[in-house]
Amino acid sequence: MALGVAGPDAAATPQVSGSTSDSGADLELVRVTKAFGSFLAVDDLTLTIPSGSFFALLGPSGCGKTTTLRMVAGLEQPSSGSISIGGTDVTDRKAYQRPVNTVFQSYALFPHLTVLENVAFGLRRKHVPDAVARAGEGLDLVELRHLADRKPAQLSGGQQQRVALARALVNNPAVLLLDEPLGALDLKLRRQMQVELKRIQIEVGLTFVHVTHDQEEAMTMADTVAVMNAGRIEQMGSPAELYELPRTAFVANFLGQSNLLPGTVREVRDGWVGVDVAGTRVVVPQARAVSQDGSVLVGVRPEKVLLLPASEDLPDDANVIGPGIVSDVSFTGVSTQYQVEVPGLGTFGVFAQNLAGGASAAVGDRVRLAWAPGFTFGLDGADDASDGVDLA
Amino acid sequence: MSIAAALSSENAASVGPASGPALAAGPTRRARSGAYLLLLPGLAYLVVFFILPVVALLATSLYVPVPGGDVGQFQPAFHWQNYPDAITAFWPQIVRSFAFALIATFAALLIGYPMAYVIAIKVRGKTLLQGLLLVLLIAPFFTSFILRTVAWKQILADDAFVVTALKWLHLMPEDGRLTATAFAVVAGLTYNFLPFMALPIYASLERMDIRLIEAGGDLYASGLNTFWRVTLPLSMPGVVSGTLLTFIPASGDYVNSSLLGNPVSTSMIGQVIDSRFFRVSDYPTASALSVVLMVAILILVGLYVRRAGTEDLV
Ligand SMILES: Nc1ncnc2c1ncn2[C@@H]1O[C@H](COP(=O)(O)OP(=O)(O)O)[C@@H](O)[C@H]1O
Ligand SMILES: [Mg+2]
Repeated sequence: MALGVAGPDAAATPQVSGSTSDSGADLELVRVTKAFGSFLAVDDLTLTIPSGSFFALLGPSGCGKTTTLRMVAGLEQPSSGSISIGGTDVTDRKAYQRPVNTVFQSYALFPHLTVLENVAFGLRRKHVPDAVARAGEGLDLVELRHLADRKPAQLSGGQQQRVALARALVNNPAVLLLDEPLGALDLKLRRQMQVELKRIQIEVGLTFVHVTHDQEEAMTMADTVAVMNAGRIEQMGSPAELYELPRTAFVANFLGQSNLLPGTVREVRDGWVGVDVAGTRVVVPQARAVSQDGSVLVGVRPEKVLLLPASEDLPDDANVIGPGIVSDVSFTGVSTQYQVEVPGLGTFGVFAQNLAGGASAAVGDRVRLAWAPGFTFGLDGADDASDGVDLA
Repeated sequence: MSIAAALSSENAASVGPASGPALAAGPTRRARSGAYLLLLPGLAYLVVFFILPVVALLATSLYVPVPGGDVGQFQPAFHWQNYPDAITAFWPQIVRSFAFALIATFAALLIGYPMAYVIAIKVRGKTLLQGLLLVLLIAPFFTSFILRTVAWKQILADDAFVVTALKWLHLMPEDGRLTATAFAVVAGLTYNFLPFMALPIYASLERMDIRLIEAGGDLYASGLNTFWRVTLPLSMPGVVSGTLLTFIPASGDYVNSSLLGNPVSTSMIGQVIDSRFFRVSDYPTASALSVVLMVAILILVGLYVRRAGTEDLV
């Protein structure tokens, strides 16, 4: 191809389907709804989390993540719907009767017990014979054995977080729930703990359900991410699937950034959807278009877009927008971010990898924007193009 | 391991400032002596209204009657025999006082803890209801202690509805009565000191993070188990202060036993001290009994606090 960019087929091919296996200890939520008064905190949620996976529930603050987790833990009763673990319906079981443990956002360590006794608490309640020895092993896993005799108040935030993790892990639950476990840590410690958590999950092989509002955290850690918004799952899939092929404007904006252009479908032919975007023809692979008639949103990720001088010849098979004027250039070292004002379409974002040793366009330059049609995705025209932008 | 390193550097950072207080010694010391000066008014108050009366009490407890003098005329002496005499004469009342106070404290704990639990935990977040229940708990303080006890006398009277109802239900013999019984005295003590039990417990439960109870359930502890392992231990400071605030005044109380009891089988030591002092003007015996009561309470409370663990009190 003249543009020198490969189509999306070369990358992990996006597929839109909740990839679920049928193994024994899956966590299943079926049509779960939770109402607080007339407000629906969780709205008709259906979800299957395969056993042994690292699952992230990602969404902005207040979207119902904690409520969902609390219903799985048995700390909140669903208004309707059912929850089952490994095929057993646990909807009506009390928290202490469920094979589930939680790492609370506030840690909720028992202040009157030592670190070791905190970790042994669940084991003792289950009458495990060697509770203290097992608790010690749990502390080894998080490298805190040397602090076993301290009280929680004598630990730093990061240490408390790891005690909370050990306290939940030692019980070997069918599902481990983590409610923004890293939220209270500073950035550096958070990045380290992300790696640590992932290592521990692989080591113990338990199902982790990790709630977070940090999209980078969800993407780096999870096998499967469910993006939640206003009590509903917007989209679910592997991080690459979600990123490469968002199915709603909310996902496109909340998970990374997107350029979303309103347009009207003109034709559907040979597996392609032709869309009129402010007088310019843009094509979208039919398989990547949510809606194939009427008004639609055409989207492309900023790093897929190339900046070209307005005069340069372009191949016929590329999607091209412009010309526009470069309004902002910010050089970050590994890449350069451009903002391009396109008359009639608004601001377009472009990320260019720093291959040439510096920025290739300056503020005020007239440029055109081009990308391989295979990277384009099509969304429902009824979506708000800025949905989720401020929340990310 | 990199995390362990990060954490240890964090610890090192927190140790840092502790090595430098030598520089700041000057101003700190001056500020500290200023703080001691602030204690002076309090100390003066204590000397005048606590130390001096206690010394006077101790002195009076050793007085002897003026030879050939009138009733109520005594002279200074060191008559230690006043103590064994007083104890021999009134040990049943002393023992009864502590027994009644102990039972009342238990009863107040059994009634007060659930009340405090409901207000602090069950209705947490429902500010209006919580406020209302708290006011109800404190409401008895709005009327005088004596008036409330007199009211109990009416409630427990032979022809009042409580006794009538109990007899009608055959829970009480036909000739049974409540007023002028030990039951009435203990019930009165329990009622009058209930807020002193419930409020400190409420205060310590109120501070407790609800998530801890949820964490108990999450870690396979049933509701009752979570209560024993988590809630109760965390509310112990409140339980200890509540029991002390109930037991100490209850053991010295004389209002309940005089108004609700009878002079023969329910009299408490406070009542004896009252009548020794004001009726028969036997000041040395009244003083000696006061000292005995004070010392006994100090010993009992000391043993209890030691048992309950001093760190629970802070
Ligand atoms: N006990 C409750 N009573 C009333 N509203 C609640 C309660 N718990 C949560 N909510 C509401 O439900 C919504 C979702 O809350 P939550 O699940 O905590 O969100 P998240 O964890 O995603 O930030 C929020 O709007 C919150 O105010
Ligand atoms: Mg939350």
